[in-house]
Formats: sequence, structure tokens, C-alpha cells
Amino acid sequence: MTNHWIDIRNSDCILIMGSNAASNHPISFKYVTEAMGRGAKLISVDPRFTQTSSKADIYASLRSGTDIAFLGGMIKYLLDNNLIQKEYVVNYTNASFLVNPKFKLPGDNKGVFSGLTDGKYDKSTWSFQKDASGVVKKDKSLKNPNCVYQLLKKHYSRYTPDLVSRITGTPKNKLLEVYKEYTKTGKVGKAGTIMYAMGWTQHTVGTQNIRTMAMIQLLLGNMGVAGGGVNALRGESNVQGSTDHCLLFHIIPGYLKTPKESLPTLKAYNAKYTPTTKEPKSLNWWKNYAKYSASLMRAHYGTNATLEEAYSYFPKLEDGKNYSWLTIFDKMYKGDFTGFFAWGQNPACSGASSNKTREAMSKVDWMVNVNLFDNETGSFWKGPGMDPKKIKTEVFMLPCAGPIEKEGSITNSGRWMQWRYKAVNAPGVALPDSDIVTELFYKVKELYEKKGGPLKEAITKMTWDYGPMGANGKIKHVDTNMVAKEINGYFLEDKTVKGKLFKKGTLVPSFAYLQDDGSTSSGNWLYCNSYTEKGNMAARRGPKDTSGIGLYSDWAWCWPVNRRIIYNGASVDMKGNPWDKEHPVIKWNGSKWTGDIPDGVPAPGSGRPPFIMKPHGVGSIFGPGRADGPFSEHYEPLECPVEKNLMSPQMVNPAVTRWDKVGTGTNVDARATCDPRFPFVCSTYRVSEHWQTGVMTRWCPWLAEMQPEMFVEMSKELARMKGIKNGERAIVKSIRGEVEAVAIVTGRFKPFKLNGNVVHQVGIPWHFGWVTTAMRKYVQGDKKPEVFTSGDAANLLTPFIGDANTMIPESKAFMVNVEKKGVK
Amino acid sequence: MAEKMILVDVSKCTGCRGCQLACKQWNGNPAKQTKNRGTYQNPPDLQPNTWTLIRFQEISDGNGGVKWLFRKDGCMHCTDAACVEACPADALFKTKFGTVGVRRENCIGCEACVEACPFGVPKMDTETEKAFRCDMCLSRMENGLEPACVKACATGALQFGNKSDMLKIAHKRAKELGGNASVYGENLLGGLHVIYVLTEKVSVYDNLPVKPVKEASWKNLFKPFGLLAAGGIIGPSFLRYISHDPKSEGTEISKTEG
Repeated sequence: MTNHWIDIRNSDCILIMGSNAASNHPISFKYVTEAMGRGAKLISVDPRFTQTSSKADIYASLRSGTDIAFLGGMIKYLLDNNLIQKEYVVNYTNASFLVNPKFKLPGDNKGVFSGLTDGKYDKSTWSFQKDASGVVKKDKSLKNPNCVYQLLKKHYSRYTPDLVSRITGTPKNKLLEVYKEYTKTGKVGKAGTIMYAMGWTQHTVGTQNIRTMAMIQLLLGNMGVAGGGVNALRGESNVQGSTDHCLLFHIIPGYLKTPKESLPTLKAYNAKYTPTTKEPKSLNWWKNYAKYSASLMRAHYGTNATLEEAYSYFPKLEDGKNYSWLTIFDKMYKGDFTGFFAWGQNPACSGASSNKTREAMSKVDWMVNVNLFDNETGSFWKGPGMDPKKIKTEVFMLPCAGPIEKEGSITNSGRWMQWRYKAVNAPGVALPDSDIVTELFYKVKELYEKKGGPLKEAITKMTWDYGPMGANGKIKHVDTNMVAKEINGYFLEDKTVKGKLFKKGTLVPSFAYLQDDGSTSSGNWLYCNSYTEKGNMAARRGPKDTSGIGLYSDWAWCWPVNRRIIYNGASVDMKGNPWDKEHPVIKWNGSKWTGDIPDGVPAPGSGRPPFIMKPHGVGSIFGPGRADGPFSEHYEPLECPVEKNLMSPQMVNPAVTRWDKVGTGTNVDARATCDPRFPFVCSTYRVSEHWQTGVMTRWCPWLAEMQPEMFVEMSKELARMKGIKNGERAIVKSIRGEVEAVAIVTGRFKPFKLNGNVVHQVGIPWHFGWVTTAMRKYVQGDKKPEVFTSGDAANLLTPFIGDANTMIPESKAFMVNVEKKGVK
Repeated sequence: MAEKMILVDVSKCTGCRGCQLACKQWNGNPAKQTKNRGTYQNPPDLQPNTWTLIRFQEISDGNGGVKWLFRKDGCMHCTDAACVEACPADALFKTKFGTVGVRRENCIGCEACVEACPFGVPKMDTETEKAFRCDMCLSRMENGLEPACVKACATGALQFGNKSDMLKIAHKRAKELGGNASVYGENLLGGLHVIYVLTEKVSVYDNLPVKPVKEASWKNLFKPFGLLAAGGIIGPSFLRYISHDPKSEGTEISKTEG
């Protein structure tokens, strides 16, 4: 979230798309309801009429996987009707920037942007024109045909309501109703917000779904203001924190880039990733990159190694190689791994194309399953279709402590780092994850010290001072306060910064004090300021809000530097006056800013552009950083019900990694698009009662009682056609697998009319798995659930394909068939 | 002591079932095996172990679309409580809050309350042979806390407070919503202590009587014989009945004071 949960209440129009927040983020509706009480409008766009839709002023349906068409139409609408927040767009975005004249739009280039060869873009034409001194050329009148604004207008001129409606299946009047309502927030002083979740990310165009909305928010002046922003509703209480600290392969803590082979030195690495700009007034905050990377090296190795040595110990990616989830399991399936840790996760149900994932697990020698409960991953070898006698994999189950059985922090969607205390001891031999990692660390270190090995220093020189050491030089139990302090960072020597002397061993007050010379450490520069000499900021519980807009700045701590709304420099006009007088985020009192922590904003009238994390200081309407285009373009999902992409000859996002091509994939990577055997669009989603693959909820009798069985929701029309009655059992089948489900026949799904054809969509929840069912075999010692659930994983059906940028699997749009159980 | 009331504003309910779960948790009610019958509503009805239930109901919006209604069902805590009147064993009583309390140890499983309730709320448990229903978390109220279901509600669909305040909020909200919105329960059976702000006409809702009626009370006339009729447990229960005056006990008030 660029904003935060409570801030939703400040919005004038809330668009919930790619999310069923009412069901899956129920607490968010406290603030949605408050906003509506103030007169805010709620818009729900979803293939299915959901709990969220039931509360909305406007509901519009769309076929899964067509969000870009829907939103592209909104861009056209707001440009055609001149509804942009002009002063904001001209000064705070790159709308005025002149683009390389060789750049081509998909409309002029067979559906793809210029530079595509062999599924990869050469982005040299996705660049800006510069003057002799290297400053980007601009046309503030926005009239130059090569300026971003004009290119945007040209690009989305193809997204007419008629065409969009034929693609999305959304009735044209509904499209226009949504466009009209949402774009009212372009008015100065009005704010619109977007709440989205996996319904937007889990597509081959997932990143571009969000990009499209980010463009809309910039055009309407909705970034940086209270009640605005682009707000990802995270699917797990600490997924924001884990992403900040490097959940993904392409980034290391604090969104620094993962080192790669072609950058052998820290110097080369810093040079590559430190952006520069000639823009005279731009702050270009990432110019500090080297301070953050040096401090990260120090957090890992302290003074046991020089900065360059420390960098040399860091794992490096092979250039051009992808290390995402899909790649890992594809490699595992092909026998390239000897073992793996499934830590706090359940890949046998959570991974796309679960039959492939489960099969892959049988190809490794060992697996360590760290979890609270038995799950489909740890027990995969006795699951459906498996013959234990033929499986070599040795599985170790390590029970771990649950969230209330250990101390530490979680970072919520709104970037609030909140400290939690241990309430009860973990049962039996279960340990907190940090203690399990510590034991593992000491064992691996011992092996390296005894037997040596390549880059053994990477482990042997690593610092591990997370608690009092025993006589053997090892810590007994991790003190998570020590971890939090290391994440914040220390001065490693006496150092004078900004005229102030900091003593060796003291905590760094904020990232503005981090150094590139090795005199400071910080495990994550974004969290520097979270644990200072003043104490653990995340543990604060100040209940007062002095801001009037619900910032609650003394409650816990928020990255960066306790700033609750990022890009808040854009909440004031060029003279420093808040756009929204009723809900000012920051306000100049004559000598300083009051309200939120200002986002790199100097005194009013300085002319510094507000998006300080961008080299040129402005929001990117033209975004050349993405792998699949500087603007978004509608492409069909890998599996779709239509023969043609009505927008262009290019069917699927051209920049995605494909496993289904002959010679590169396996027999389990098959796809079936526009295939009469699999005529219905299918999407996956969650219910309030279960969480993730259900490992933590299926074992909870109260939750299983409310949602006991895998189900498939379908329209009355489809049910009639297939002879399925409400409550009857059905088989949902894709080319990759099948699941049994109870049919919920409902008016909340309606057939789509697409380009004159009727297309049906169904939906299934993804929380179920065979381990907690009554039908499976239980032997002595197996725990039986008090309330059984039925059905297996939705992911048995999903395709093995991911987004072009993030590789998140396309679990939200694929093709299936549905039959009544027992009917062939 | 001011009368207390739960206001259920269905326009703000998202059907998350936090209340349903919180009710079970606070009251220590176990789960039972269920199955999906083609709806999210589960268990299918109020049960001896389920005193709060969200009813899910789909209706047409009259315009080709659909509405999805969520209604929290449970004891309505009538002023003129048929169950209290019907109970021959002194197991049900009116509290100082105007709500209906339970003395489970007194319940003889005669099902008189089950028969009497115009809302079909009390449910018999065949194992313990006792009837079960919500007591609006009497122990919480006595300690100055809101009922568990209200505590769990995130959106403000459930509110708890003094009767007069709740009625004010309810009428203001119904007016704001306009259309078919109305306040349900203010004047029914002497005034319910769980009232609704409904968005649709009352008759639209499943299992919600438009005009709930209390059957003619036979108990006042034939009180002692009621017990006989209910299974002939004349012994201790009967003795207890005739030797205890409900009015004399701690937090109770007679039904007429409601």
C-alpha cells in the first residue's frame, strides 16, 4: 500500500477490483464503511458478484483476465473528456517527456511494442529525448506528438467502450457508469483509491494490470494524497515484511538488486544500480544506493570482511536466468535438485499445476517440511495417485512455533511494522523459525569449517550475534530484538555525520545517516529508524491521532521513517498548498511541515519534483522499467475462450516465459485454449473462513464447520445446460487435472456475452487439500481433524505460466470443463 | 439498570461470520461435521452448538442482477418472551438488561421453549437433553462488556448499547438508507432486544416472521401441571419450582418489568 488501512476512510471513491475485500480482508470494510458513511462511492468490478459487490454502489462484471481492456477504456474516457488533474499531470508525472521517435506502439506494430525479438524486448527505443546537457526534453503544453501524454492518448484511443465491452463482457452502460464515477476523483481536492489483491497479480499481465491503475491514479492526481494511492491488500499478515526483507529472487533486503555474475565487484554493482539524472531539481534518492548496499554487507559480515570481500560472498544470479517459483519446480521436476526446504508453505497445494509440483517432490532425495501441521507437501508421498514404495524422497518434519508462540514483528499491508509478544510456549519440541535457522546455520558452518568448500567464508565469516553466547560460542536462543536492531543498523566506529558524533555500537537514527565507507551496518535500509537509541519503535502503542486524517503516527512504526503516506510531496500543489484542504497530509506552518513525515519535500516553492524515488522526480506514466512494455496492452490469458485477441494479432503477452512450447516443456505443462473440451473460464479465490492452502484453517473445527467442502460456483444457466443441481457433486477438469466439488448454483455468476458469443465462467476456492478429508487412509499416529473437509487443491487445474515481470502464476484465468459427478 | 440492545444493521454486514465464530469461541461451543449444501450458510440452521448464524440469501434486484443478503440470526430477546413464560423449570428468566438469561442446570429438556419461540430459536440437544440459545453473553454484560458477537464485528453492522440509543441510531440509519429500509423489532412482542435495520421488506427475509406472535400462554394458568405434561419429572424440579420465586434472584426481573 502506498497509503494504509485507516486511510481508506478518507477516500471519495473506492474501486475494488481484483479483490473481494469484504470477504478476504474483512477488517478493511471498517474503513470502507466509514468512507461510505461520509458519502464515498464504492465500485466493485469482479467476474462474480461477491460480498464486496453486495455492498457496492456500482457492480460491473468482467471476464477474468481482461482488466487491462477495462482500465484502458477508463484511460481513454478520462483523456477524451479531459478529466485529468492537469496541474498534477504536467508537473508531477512524465506526461510532458518526449519519447524516442523510433518508439512504436502496439497499434502500429502488430500488437507489440518496438524492440521485440524471440520473446524479449530490446528496450532501446523505450527512452526519452535529451538535450545537449542530458536533461530530458519536455513539452509542458502536452501537444508534441512524441510526448508521453500524446502517445498515451494514441495508445488507448483503441480501447473504445464498444471494443472493451466485446472483450470483457461488461455491458457498455456499466463500463461508462464506472468510468464516470471513478474519474470524478480527478477534481482537485477529491481522492479515489484502488484496493486490489491476487485478482490482479495472478495473470500473465499481472504487473501491467497494476501499472494501468497506477497510470490512472497519476492522471487523476490521486497519488500521495489522503484517501488515494495504489493499495495492494496483502494476502498474508506479514507478506509485506517478507517482501521488504527479500522474499523474491531478484531483490535483496530493501529492494536492492540481487548481485549477478556479470557484476563481480561491489564497485561495479553499485555503478550499475545507482541511477543518475541531469534533472536539475530532482533529488533522485536512489543516488544513495552505495550507502545501503555497503551497510547491508556490514550487517551480514560485520568487520569480519572488507566490503568487497563481503560482496564476493553474496550469491550471484547467472545473467538472464530466472530463479522464480515456477522455474524451481520445473527444475525439480526435471531432476535438477537433490533436496529442498518447504518452510512455512505448502507447495503441493499452493503451486500452479499441483500435479507437476507433487511429481517434482518425488524427484528429490530429501525434503524438510517446516510447518505447524501435517500438510499435503510433507505427506505428498502417500497422497492421491502416489505409490509410497516407488518414492525415494525422505521427508523430515520440523514442527515450528505458531505466531503467538514467539516474539517478533509483522509488517502489514500499510507498511506498519508492529511488534508482537509471545503469549504461550510452543508445544512439544516445536521451535521458533529463528531457532531452527540458527541450529541449521551452526551445522552448516561446522561442515564448512571441517570439510571446506567453495566460498566457505560466505558462511564461516557471517556474524550471528542474536543473543547471549554460551561457552561454546553459540547462542542458545535467538533474541528477536537483536535481529530487529541489526535490521535497523549500528555505527561500527565513532563517526561524525551531519555535524554530530555517533559512538561506535550505537543504533543509527535513520537511513539518512547510513554510510558507504563501511562505518555503518543496516540489514535493511528501509527499516533504519525502526529500532533506535530511543527504543523499539514498532512496539509503540500511542493511541492518539493528532493528524486528523487517521495517521496514528505514534502507533507502531511505518517504513520509511514512519511516513504513513508515501509520495506525500504530491499532496500539495506547486506552491505547497494541500490539494485537499479537508484532508491535508502535510501542511507548511511558515517554518516547517506539519502532519505526516514529508517525503523529501523542501520549503514550498522549491520546485523539487515530488516522486523522489524516481531519478527524474516524477511519476511514470511511461514506465520503461517493465519487461513487457512502457504502457499496458490487453493480451489474452494463456488459456482463454476466444480465438482472437480483438485488440491486436498478438494473442498472449509476448514477454512471458513459456513452458508449453514444444521441446521446452513437459507433458504436464499442456494448455488448452479455445478448446471445446474445456469451454469455461475458471478463476480461483478465497473464502473468509480459510486461509492460503488451508493448513492453518482446515485443522480448525470452527472454520471447517462453516466451509467444509471444495465447491464450484456457476451460473444458473450453466447448471441448467450441464444438468447440475444446486448442492450436487461435480467434477471440474482442466487439461492438467481435476477436482471434485459441490456445485453452488447461483445468480451471482452470469454468462458473459463476448463479441456475440455466450461464454460461461465458474469459480473455485483454493484452500482445500486431501490431508484433512475423511476418505483418505489414516494409520495409527495420524492426526484426524475434528471436522473433515472434502476436496483437493484448486491448483491441480491451474496452468504453469507466470507474469512477464514477476513470474507469479496465472491462477485467475484458465479454462475448464464442469460435469455432474458420475457423468462422462 | 437501563435496558440493553443489539442493533443489527444488515446494510453494513459483509457476511464475514466473525460474529458466528466469536459466539462459539466465547461460549465454548464445539463444531460439528457439516457439508456444503450449495450455499455458504453453515450450519444450515441455528443448532444447540450454534447460537449465532449468518443467513445467506440471494434475491433478484428486479433488474437482471442479484442482491446478496446477510442476516445475523439468533435469539431476539423479546420483552414479552414466550420462552420464559413457557419454561416450567425456571431455566429461562428475564435479566435486569431486559434480555433472556439461562439457568442451564435447571433445563429439563421439555422443549416447551422450542415450541413457544415465534422465531424458532431455541434448539434441543439430544445428547444432553437440554435446549440451547444465545443469552446475549450475560456474563460479559454483567462485567460491562459488549456481547462477543458485537466485539468481533469489524464494520459496525453490530452495535450494542442502551435501548434508547440503539433505537435512535436505527431510525436514523433506516431513514438514511431510504427505499424499503425499516427498523424491525421495536414494537414486536413488547419490544425485542435485538433489532434490525433491514434494507428490504421484512417479508423478503428467510425465517423472519413479519408479525411474530406469542401463542396464548397456558403456563400462567396451568403452571404446575406443565411440568407434569412435560414428562412428569415431579421430583426435584417441581419442588424447586414451587419453592423459588424467580423475582427474588440476583440479577433477574420479572417479565412484566421489561
